[in-house]
Amino acid sequence: MPAADAAIIGRRKEFVAELRKMVPGEGVIDDDASLAAYECDGLMAYRQRPLAVVLPETVEQVSQVLGYCHREGLKVVPRGSGTSLSGGALPLADGIVMAMGKFNKILEVDYANRCAVVQPCVTNAAVTERVTSEGFYYAPDPSSQIICSIGGNVAENAGGVHCLKYGTTSNNILGLQMVLMDGSVVRMGGKHLDAQSLDMLGLICGSEGLLGVVTEITVRVLRTPETQRALLLGFSDVESAGACVAKVIAEGVVPAAMEIMDRTAIHAAEAFVKVGYPLDVEALLLIEFDGSPVEVDHFIAMVNEIAKKAGAVSSQQSNSEEERKNFWAGRKAAFPAIGKISPDYYCMDGTIPRSKLPQALRKISELSDEFGLEVANVFHAGDGNLHPMVLYNADKDGDLEKAEQFGAAILTLCVELGGVLTGEHGVGVEKRDLMEVQFTEADLDQQLRVKCVFDDQGLLNPGKVFPKLRRCAEGGKMHVHHGELRFPDIERY
Amino acid sequence: MGEVFRPKNSDEVSSAVKDALNMKASLELFGQGTRRSLGRPVKADASLDMSALTGVQMYEPEELVMVVAPGTPMREISQVLIEHNQQLAFEPPDYGPLWGLPADKGTVGGMIMTGRNGPRRLSAGGVRDYVLGVKGVNGFGELFVSGGRVVKNVTGFDLPKILTGSFGTLCAATEITLKLLPLPPEAATLVVSGLKDGQAVAAMTRVLTETSIPVSSAAHLPAEIAKLSRVDSISARQNSATLLRVEGFGPSVESGIQGLKKVFGSLSDMFVLDKAETQQLWKEVTNASFFIQTEKPIWKLSVPPSEAAAIMSKLGKGLTTQYFYDWAGGAIWIEAPASEDAGEAAIRGTLDSVVVGDGHATLIRASEEVRANIAPFHPLSPVLAAVEDRLRKQFDPQGMFNPGRMYGVRNAN
Repeated sequence: MPAADAAIIGRRKEFVAELRKMVPGEGVIDDDASLAAYECDGLMAYRQRPLAVVLPETVEQVSQVLGYCHREGLKVVPRGSGTSLSGGALPLADGIVMAMGKFNKILEVDYANRCAVVQPCVTNAAVTERVTSEGFYYAPDPSSQIICSIGGNVAENAGGVHCLKYGTTSNNILGLQMVLMDGSVVRMGGKHLDAQSLDMLGLICGSEGLLGVVTEITVRVLRTPETQRALLLGFSDVESAGACVAKVIAEGVVPAAMEIMDRTAIHAAEAFVKVGYPLDVEALLLIEFDGSPVEVDHFIAMVNEIAKKAGAVSSQQSNSEEERKNFWAGRKAAFPAIGKISPDYYCMDGTIPRSKLPQALRKISELSDEFGLEVANVFHAGDGNLHPMVLYNADKDGDLEKAEQFGAAILTLCVELGGVLTGEHGVGVEKRDLMEVQFTEADLDQQLRVKCVFDDQGLLNPGKVFPKLRRCAEGGKMHVHHGELRFPDIERY
Repeated sequence: MGEVFRPKNSDEVSSAVKDALNMKASLELFGQGTRRSLGRPVKADASLDMSALTGVQMYEPEELVMVVAPGTPMREISQVLIEHNQQLAFEPPDYGPLWGLPADKGTVGGMIMTGRNGPRRLSAGGVRDYVLGVKGVNGFGELFVSGGRVVKNVTGFDLPKILTGSFGTLCAATEITLKLLPLPPEAATLVVSGLKDGQAVAAMTRVLTETSIPVSSAAHLPAEIAKLSRVDSISARQNSATLLRVEGFGPSVESGIQGLKKVFGSLSDMFVLDKAETQQLWKEVTNASFFIQTEKPIWKLSVPPSEAAAIMSKLGKGLTTQYFYDWAGGAIWIEAPASEDAGEAAIRGTLDSVVVGDGHATLIRASEEVRANIAPFHPLSPVLAAVEDRLRKQFDPQGMFNPGRMYGVRNAN
C-alpha cells in the first residue's frame, strides 16, 4: 500500500473533531476497539486499522465529508457490507473509512416501471425479498447476496450464477446518484433506459469505489420466471463437460446457469451436505433453465440429447423445487465444503474463453503439482469464469506465499489464454500488481486519466486496482515517452 | 475540408492522429459517413476516414463472440451471423432511409459509436450491453485496449461502456469485440387493435408486470402510424395497433402467445402475426420507417414507461399526430412539424415538466441548419456536463475528434 503520511496521521484529533461537526452523535468512530471491526473486508489476509470511520446518514453529510477531505487532502475508503474478496474496502492508516451502513432503506418500488430505488447498503437479497410477493426479483445473485450490499455490487459489477442469461449488475441498473470527491452530487440515468449522452452509469459500475461514493441506485426488477428446473450431468472427464457447454450454446440455447464442479469439489460438497451427487464421475455439469413450463420441458429434453452425444455418463433432472434446490445445495456449499477438507483455501476468479477450458484445467493441474498444493475447481462454465480454490495451511511456513504465487500463476494463465484477471471479485488490492500482465502502460494510463476526471488528487480508495498512481493534469501535459521511467518521484506500491 | 487520412491499420491511425496533434488540426471521424445526420454537423480541419480498417478478425460462434475492424460494413456482419443463426440481440437500427440514404449501408464502427437501440432494448438490452472490448487510438495518438473478449470481466474500468455511443469524440476505435446471441428460431406478434394511448401503455405494462410471459418487445402504433405499415393486416384496419412480440423456440412462442391472448380475453379485436409478418413489422418499428415519406424533424424520447402517455397527452395533438411508442412506452418517436427549432421547445419543455430530469429527447432527423442551431442531445445537468467535459479532455486533450458533434465545440486548452 502507499506509505502512510505521518503528517496526516498526526492531525487525527483535528480531523475527528471536524468530522463530528458534520456527522454528529455516534457517526464518527475513533476508538480502537470499534475501529477493529473495520480492519479488513472479505480478503482477510490483509488488515489495516483506519484513522477513523465516518457513518453518514444523509447525502448532504456524504457531500460535506468528501468536500472536507478533498480540501484537507485526506484519503477516503468507501465501504458497504465489507464482503469484497479482493480487498476493495481495505482501510488506509492515513485515511478514513466512509461506511455507508446507515443508507439501508428501499426508497421506492415502482412496479409500473419495473424498478426499485434503493440506498447503497440495502442488501442484494433484500431487494428480491421486498418484491417477491408481487412476483418480481432482482437478477444478479452473487453468492454473498444475503449480506453484500447493492452499493458494493455496483462498485464490483457483481455477477452470480445467473448472469449467463441475465447479465451482471451493469446490465441491471438504470440510475445512480453519486457524490464526487469534491462534494458535488450528480445523478445519472433514472427510470428510463437509454443514456442521455456518454454512458457514465456503465463507467461507474465496476469502478471499485475509485470514482465516487454512490448514494442511491435504481435497479431493474424482473418478473420471476414461472418455472425453474435443473439438469445434473456427470462426465468421466472435465474436458467433456466443458465441450458439452459449448455444444449447448452452439444449438442456440442460453440456459439460466451452467456450472461445473471437478472431482475434488464434488467429493468435498457431497461430504459436507450429502445431496446425493454421483461420486464416480470426474465432473458434474449443473444446468438450470427457467421460463414457461412448456419452454423448460423443451430445453430439458433438447439438452439431455446434446449431453448424451457429448458423453454424459449420468443425468438427473429436477422434478420438484426440492430436488432443484438439492442440486444447487452442493454447488452453493462448495466454498464452505472446501473449508472443511482444508485448513485454508485461496479462491481465484479469472475468466477465460470457454473453448480454452480443457487447456486451462490441464495447466492448473500441472501448476498444482509444481507448487505442491491441491486445487479444487468450481466454475461458472457458461461464461468461462473460473473459481479454482487453492488448498493450503496458513500455519505452515511459506504455504500462504506459495498459494498466492500459485494463484498469480493461474491468473497469468487466464490472460495468456485470452481471458482476464477477474470476472466478478474485482481487482482491489489482491490483483493490483497483476494488472500489468493484462494491460500495457498505455492501457493503464488511459484508465488512470479517467480516474483523474473524478478524483484529481487520488484521494478516493488509493492503492486499489492500479499498481501506480498518476499525476493528474488537464490537456495531456504529462505525455509519456516510450521507454522512460514514468514519474520517478511518484511512489510505486 | 482539408487533408483526408485513410489509415489501413491501427499504427497508421496512430500516426494520423499524431500528425493532426502536431498540426493542431481537428478531425472528422467517419466510416462510410452514413450516420452524419445524427448529432451536430462537424466542422473539422481534416478527415479521418476509418473505412479501410475492415474485416471480421475473429468469430467463434460457440463462444458467442466476434472481433471486427470498425470499417467492416454492417451488411457483411449480418450475413456472417445469419449463416450461423446468430445475431446482435439489440437489433441495430438502420436509419439510412430515414435520412434519404439507401438501406443497409454503414459500418459496425458507426453503429457502435452512435449507440442506437432497437425494440429489444426492453428485454435484451442495448448496444452498450454487447460491446465487450474496444481497442482505439486516443487523442494523444496512443493505442489502448479496454475490456476484453469475455462477458464476465471486472478487470479495470469498463471503458467500452463510455466509448460506445460516444460519437467518435473520445477515440478512433480500431477494433471492437462484440457479444452475440443465438437467433430465435421462431417469432410471433399479438396485435391488439383499437386501444387509445393510455390504454395501450397500461395494457403493455399489465403484460410486463402481471405475467411472466417473455415478451421481447412491446410497441403501440396509433392509427395514423399503423396505416403507414407495409404489413397489410396492420394498415388495413385503419386503427391503432398494440404489438407484443414473443420469440424463441416453437413451443415457447406458442405458449407465450396463448398466455397473451388470455390476458386480453375480454377484448375481442386481436390477431396474431406469423414469423414473416413479425419480422417485417418490427423492422419498421426498429428503423422508424413510418417516417420515411416526409422530411420533417424526428425526435426519440427515452422516458419512464409509465409517463409516456402523459407526456404525449400534455404535448397535445396540436403539435403532431405522427408519433408512436416503443419499449412498452419507454421510448416515444415523434415527427414534429418543420420549424426553426424543430419543435424542441415544446417537446423538451413538456418532457422536462412531466418527468423532471428523468428522461431525455434526442433529435434523430433535422436539416443541417437546424442541427447546427439546436442541441441534438438533451442538455446535461451542470455537474454532469462538467464531468463529461473533463472526461473528453482526458481522452482527447486538444478536442480533436469530431468537435461539437455531441455538445458545444470545446476550445483546445
